[in-house]
Formats: sequence, C-alpha cells, structure tokens
Amino acid sequence: MLQVLQNTKELISMNKLSHIFKNHKVFIPFVVANDPDFDTTVANILALANGGADIVEIGIPFSDPVADGPVIQAANLRAFKADVHTKTVFDIVTAARKETNVPIVLLTYLNIPFKYGYEAFLKKCAELKIDGLVIPDLPYESRDEIVPTATKHNVAIIPLITPTSDKRIEKIAKSATGFIYVVSSLGITGKRDTFYQGLEELITTIRQYTTVPTAIGFGIHTPQQAHEFAKIADGIIIGSAIVDIVAEKQQDAPGAIESFTKSVNQALHATTA
Amino acid sequence: MNNSSNETKQSGRYGTGFGGQYIPETLMAELDKVTQKFNELKNNQQFLTEFHDLLNNYANRPSLLYYAKNMTKDLGGAKIYLKREDLNHTGAHKINNVIGQALVAKYLGKKRLIAETGAGQHGVATATIAALLGMSCEIFMGKEDTDRQKLNVYRMELLGAKVHAVTSGSQVLKDAVNATLQEWASRCEDTFYVMGSAVGPAPFPEMVKYFQSVISQESKQQLQEQEHKLPDMVVACVGGGSNAIGSFANYIDNPSVKLVGVEAAGKGIDTDLTAATVERGSVGIFHGMKSLFMQNSDGQIDPVYSISAGLDYPGIGPEHAALAEANRAEYVGITDDESVQAFEYIAKQEGIIAAIESCHAIAYIEKIAPKMAKDQIIICTLSGRGDKDVASIAKYKGVNIYE
Repeated sequence: MLQVLQNTKELISMNKLSHIFKNHKVFIPFVVANDPDFDTTVANILALANGGADIVEIGIPFSDPVADGPVIQAANLRAFKADVHTKTVFDIVTAARKETNVPIVLLTYLNIPFKYGYEAFLKKCAELKIDGLVIPDLPYESRDEIVPTATKHNVAIIPLITPTSDKRIEKIAKSATGFIYVVSSLGITGKRDTFYQGLEELITTIRQYTTVPTAIGFGIHTPQQAHEFAKIADGIIIGSAIVDIVAEKQQDAPGAIESFTKSVNQALHATTA
Repeated sequence: MNNSSNETKQSGRYGTGFGGQYIPETLMAELDKVTQKFNELKNNQQFLTEFHDLLNNYANRPSLLYYAKNMTKDLGGAKIYLKREDLNHTGAHKINNVIGQALVAKYLGKKRLIAETGAGQHGVATATIAALLGMSCEIFMGKEDTDRQKLNVYRMELLGAKVHAVTSGSQVLKDAVNATLQEWASRCEDTFYVMGSAVGPAPFPEMVKYFQSVISQESKQQLQEQEHKLPDMVVACVGGGSNAIGSFANYIDNPSVKLVGVEAAGKGIDTDLTAATVERGSVGIFHGMKSLFMQNSDGQIDPVYSISAGLDYPGIGPEHAALAEANRAEYVGITDDESVQAFEYIAKQEGIIAAIESCHAIAYIEKIAPKMAKDQIIICTLSGRGDKDVASIAKYKGVNIYE
C-alpha cells in the first residue's frame, strides 16, 4: 500500500506537462475535434505543432457545452454534423500521433469520460500520450470522481482557477498537477478585449501555494494580448480565435492556423526575452 | 430501506451517489455561499416566518385537498383526492419554491433574479415574486417554448421581467438551463439563479425539496383530518421532479404509502419522441448533478419530446433517481394521447381545467384507481391549472379556435 502511494506521488510530480513550462512561456492553442471534419482536424493539429505550439488542446464536442460561448458551441455543431463520437476523437489523435509528438491535452465535459468508463478512457489517453484533461464541469469538490484513475495512468487533471475562486484558491492550487488553467474573466469562452483586473494578484496568490505552472485562457485572441498575459503567467491558451479561423477557412484552415500560431509564438518569445 | 436522508444533509448525495456538484469553478464560490446561507436560514425564525407568511397570505396556501367524488365514482375503485396546487397564486406549485428561493436571494443581498422556464410557469412565478420583492428579473426560455407558450411570455413581461428566447441547441428547457447557468457564471455578484426544479448542483435539489415539501406537509395533515389515515398511494407528474418530490417528501418514511412519479412518454416509451427519463435514461453527469439522463452511448444528451413543455427535460432530480434505484418510488410513462384524453376527462368529470403536465398524473389515476379497493386512497397532485394549454390542446385536437 505504502509502495503504491509512493509510486503515485512520483508519478504526479513526473507529469510531463509541468516540465514544458521550465524555460519559456508556453503557448496552448485549442481546436475542436472533427471541426469541420476528421482530416482537417488532423491537419490542424499538425499545423499547430509545426507553428510551434507547446501543447495542443483538443476539445471533445459535447451536446450542451455550458462553459462555452457561441463560437465554440458552433464548432461543436459542425463537428456533430460530420458525425463525431468519442472514438472519433481518439482516432484523430491516433492519426496525428503518426506525425507528431507534440504534447496533447483534451478538453471534455465529465459525462463523456463517465460514459466511456473512466478506466477505459484514461487508459486510452495514456496509450495516445495524452498528458492531461481539462474538465470544465469538474470542480475541486468532485475531483475524486476521476482523479485517482487519472493519476494511475499518469494523466493530469488540470484544475481551473477563476476570478471568483477566492478562498478556494489554496486547496485547488495545492492539489494541482500538470498546470493550472487560470480563467481570465467571468462567464464563458469567447474573444474579449476587457479582462478581470486582478489577474496578476490572482496568480501571485496561486504561486504562494504551488510551483505548478499557470496558463491564462478565456478571451485571449491576439499576439499582442498573448505577449501581455505571458508577462504575468507561465503560459497562455487561445481557443475561440483559432476556432474562428476554422469556421472561416474550413478545409483551408491549416495554413492560416500555422501562421497565426507562429505570430503568437513570436510575441511570446519576445516576452521571454 | 431508505436511509439516504442523513447522507443527503452531509454532502448533497442521494442513494448510491446521485446528486453532487458538477459545475464550472466560476460558480463554485457562489454555490458555497448559497449552501451556507440556506443551511443557516433553515433555522432562522425570521426567515421561516416570512416564508410561511408569503405562502399563506400571498400564494393562497394551504391549497385544498379536494375529494374528487365524480372521478372516484366513475372509476369505481380507490378514493381520489386532488391536492390543488393549481389554485395557488400564479396557478401552479412553482410559486412555493420561488418564494423560498427569492427570500434566500434577499437574505444574500441579491437584487436580480434569473431563471429558466419550460412551460413558462416557473418564469411567471419568478417574475411575480421579483415584482413583489422589488427585484429585477430575467427569464431564459427556449425559442420553441416561447412559441408554444406566448401567453406566458407576455405574462412575464407584464410583471416586469425581461424574457430571453434561447436559440441554442434544441431551443427547449435544457437549453434554457444552459443559458441561465451561463448568465449566472458571467454575473453572480448581484444575481441569484432561481432553479425551477429539484435538479442542478447541490444545494438546489435539497433546497427545492425543502420549499416544495409544504405540499405533502399539508396533504398529510388534511387527509388525517378528513379520513384519519395515511393515503395508500401518492401520484405526481415528473419532469425535473419538483412537485413530485414535494408531494412525496413527508411520505418517504411511511413505507405503506406507495409513491408514483408519472413521466412524459411523448409518442411512446419505445419511440425516440419521449421524455421518460427513468424508464429510458441511464446514469450520467449533466446540469451540475449525477442522475439519470436521456443520452446516447457517447454521453451526448438526447433531445427529448413531450406535448408538455414542463415535462420536456432530459434528466430527473437526483433524489428521484435514488428513490427509483431503491424501489421506494415507481416511475411510469404516460403518452401525449393519454394525457390529452385525461385533460378532457377531468374537465368534464370535475369541472377542472388542469395543466397538461398534471394530466399525465390524472391519466395514470384513470388506469390504477379501478384496480384498487374502494377503501384505498390516492392523493394526486394537480400541479397546475390548464388555461395556458387550452390553445395547444385545441390545435392537437384539430379544432380551430381563432375563426
């Protein structure tokens, strides 16, 4: 028993996501799986990797994405139109894995892994070198639902901390693995030009309790904003802006996505320097 | 047999793990505050006095426990009593819960109420109490439902509420819940989400049950006065399950009382056009709770269907899931056709135009009462009045009332 606990602790600290943040500001772009179709998603993942993404976040479409704004809702609908199942998402990652070793995390609402079976889902993640899951409807109080199984498979359950977390920051930060997803503002995903004013203080508070790196997401959509946010956090997440490119360019998205990724990366490297 | 009540108080869990809190972090701090305040207010005499004063002097409680003599005679079996929630102010049981939650909001210092609504009854109730307490009010309603229930939309507007027609997803109740959750996530500082049914993350299922329990507190006492005994069966319709959990609450610990929840089977339980969650659904995690949901094998939530906008919900409250699992309550399906027939039946037998939701329960009574002995007693909750449904029933029957 003690041996198991010991191993579990080592596994947690070894989660490879944290290491990515070691020497530079990290860029985490997001696409929705199967939007607008299977092949384009695979090409988009490769374009993100080629453009210099440090971690690619892939959203599993959900019928009722309560944390997402209209842009990602629409992407989910496009993905369903092209017939997406949980298996499809794993097949997309399998296809991408033939060409790239870029670190991958999945964004999923909890009901998807619940229905697939936590054990089977996380085993599959481990096989495909998916290093973490972002689960917007899994708060700290319910983490025992899936964290023990995830830990066994060395997959990080990436917690979210928001401007309203306040007294909850300590317990969330102390139990964090992988990285911490810092939500830039209240409400739902989508491009924004105004953000929560206390973000810097929020991140300072988080750092009192943990060395696990932080990445800011929700609303960031320009290289300039990425540059500014990277001054206060260890990384930044861009979702809706990339999904917008997919919506506009459809099958021609990969080229545009790659150049957008490059421009964000340049801005981030400027931050590091 | 059913000893889940202690567990419930501890953690918002029911039975083998239904309930819980599965909601974005943005809302968790607020949910913590609501939980704490609610637990405090349950023992706050001033709050309880205010709550019961509004129930009795504003909402017209206690509601009648009416002996349905004609139906009893016609069906020839058990004695049928109707718990007349349709006689409440605003015409449905919804007002009980709304008064309670609006007071919790007031004690939390909130100035703005938001709510989802299906048939519009909960929206009307919320708009009503907001007007009374001087709070601002915004209601989210699926676009399809705003079309089906135009009169209720206008009613809410008359009461000073702003009604948002939700155009995402299938544009019905579940989408209205999504939209209201999103609104709450972007503005919880001054805003309280008045949850319309016994669903959602803890503490909502418990809070809604607490406020709706007045139904069975009264019915138990009223039947004691009239018949000096417990009922043999309590029947209520179930969408999310707020009137049913309120109707069951004070009988759960009386094992001799059979509890029956009547779900909307739509075009039939074996068709895709149904909302019979207990019979057709499976365990899942959605809208903040672990419960039973209509969903596909991937865990995507299925669109559901019923003639009744109020029962058109793909899930059920977590305590109902636990009651079903423990076989403490039975859940049965009634189709559109059966409920429309019951709508006409109770109108002609008892002179009551009952909500199409409630008529699902009446249709079940028509089936079960004749099979029971004459000295047995059924209490059926008439959750709402049917004025709102008259136009759509006419349409269903092919009657043109706008000549």
